[in-house]
Amino acid sequence: MKRIITLNTRDLEASKQNGGCGECQTSCGVANQKCENANK
Amino acid sequence: MVHTFTCCGVNIAVDSVSGSVHVVDEVALDVINNFENIADKGVVQAIALRHGVTIEDVSDCAADVKELAARGMLFCRDTFRPDVEKLAKRDTVVKALCLHVAHTCNLDCDYCFAAQGKYHGERALMSFEVGKRALDFLVENSGSRHNLEVDFFGGEPLMNWQVVKQLVAYARSIEPACGKNFRFTLTTNGMLLNDEVIDFCNREMHNVVLSLDGRKQINDHFRKTAAGVGSFDVIVPKFQKFVAARGDREYYVRGTFTHRNPDFMQDILAMLELGFDKLSMEPVVCPPDSPYALTEEDKPIICRQYKLLAEELIRRAEQGRPFTFYHYMLDLAHGPCIYKRISGCGSGTEYLAVTPAGELYPCHQFVGEKGYLLGDVWKGVTNTAVTEKFKRCNAYSRKECETCWARLYCSGGCAANSFHATGDVNGVYAYGCDLFRSRMECALAVNAVSALKEQK
Repeated sequence: MKRIITLNTRDLEASKQNGGCGECQTSCGVANQKCENANK
Repeated sequence: MVHTFTCCGVNIAVDSVSGSVHVVDEVALDVINNFENIADKGVVQAIALRHGVTIEDVSDCAADVKELAARGMLFCRDTFRPDVEKLAKRDTVVKALCLHVAHTCNLDCDYCFAAQGKYHGERALMSFEVGKRALDFLVENSGSRHNLEVDFFGGEPLMNWQVVKQLVAYARSIEPACGKNFRFTLTTNGMLLNDEVIDFCNREMHNVVLSLDGRKQINDHFRKTAAGVGSFDVIVPKFQKFVAARGDREYYVRGTFTHRNPDFMQDILAMLELGFDKLSMEPVVCPPDSPYALTEEDKPIICRQYKLLAEELIRRAEQGRPFTFYHYMLDLAHGPCIYKRISGCGSGTEYLAVTPAGELYPCHQFVGEKGYLLGDVWKGVTNTAVTEKFKRCNAYSRKECETCWARLYCSGGCAANSFHATGDVNGVYAYGCDLFRSRMECALAVNAVSALKEQK
């Protein structure tokens, strides 16, 4: 029986490498942002 | 740090550092909550007894949790602090401006932080020349950024509509030569919406915010003309016409809730009834001694509304009548990178507000605050001490955030809210933190329920 289901979330450690481009929309929350580089 | 909670019928464990989200059953929830002592046979036995399962079941579950921990998806160690210092020392570029095209308003809303749109100053309209210079300033200071954002704000921006159109035309004319893409947005009270404005917005505005507080009696209590006439009957038909013409482009109807309506779910339902399906309801920003300021007694009522809202969102989605609530629109798989999560909205560094006179402020909620004037669109940012302060305002700059599971979702919160609540941009607006965490749990639950359905 599967007691834990892990959802597909962005790897924040890996985002050190593919993040930081600054092209995402300005937020006024960050949690709701989308990122075009998340899959790169 | 792992945060566990139950919402909308699902148990969730969030690893606050890695961003991993797990949906767990009762046994796994218990194992995670007692993981520190899981090597103790007595603890394993107690968990087995509590849930009517075997010791072997609990041990298997503990092994799964251990494996997730080994893979950095639970109890992950925070290694981001060195990046915080790097971010604080970075050279920043400006990528977004909030253009206050009108420091005047045709409504007289009691709770408006902009004080009838004038920001505690004189009535003023931005000239095309000042706006044009602001756009040039943005291009000149945007470095290699391709996407630039310009927000038409006020006061009521439609009271300076010709200048809005001129500025959009000017920006479009310089896009090819400077290799930039302007994304325009507009926030309006709707009083001056007409066919021409609707048509223009649908061509040029990436997003439009329509201000409405929900139920007629709630809206008209605060959102009224200087003569005291409520705006509901004027703006609702205009908003309905706008939304009908908007198609699938972005808009949202945004309300403010106050001490008068902590039961704001009723206002959400009223908006849905009116045919609006992209919604946002936000807590009022005001001095704590205001008669409409939210109180401690309001807090459990508000948190309850967030849960009711999450349940309604799930229910309507199942019925094929979906709607969106802005704060619940998480994209777990394609969300922001760690740098964005640490640094937050970029106010005072990447995002600036411009007054009708061309003055620069850290954001729209700082306009008129002495000591936060950064410079102007001709000389640029000259008050670099304030910019430095904002560069260091992030998810790691407050001691209180160290023990908060949600810090990489809120990035340390809103600097303006902190400033208005405590007098310091690095202060903590604890009330706002409580609401944010409540909202975030609901947002994660809504997304978890949706993800589970997709997996099935």
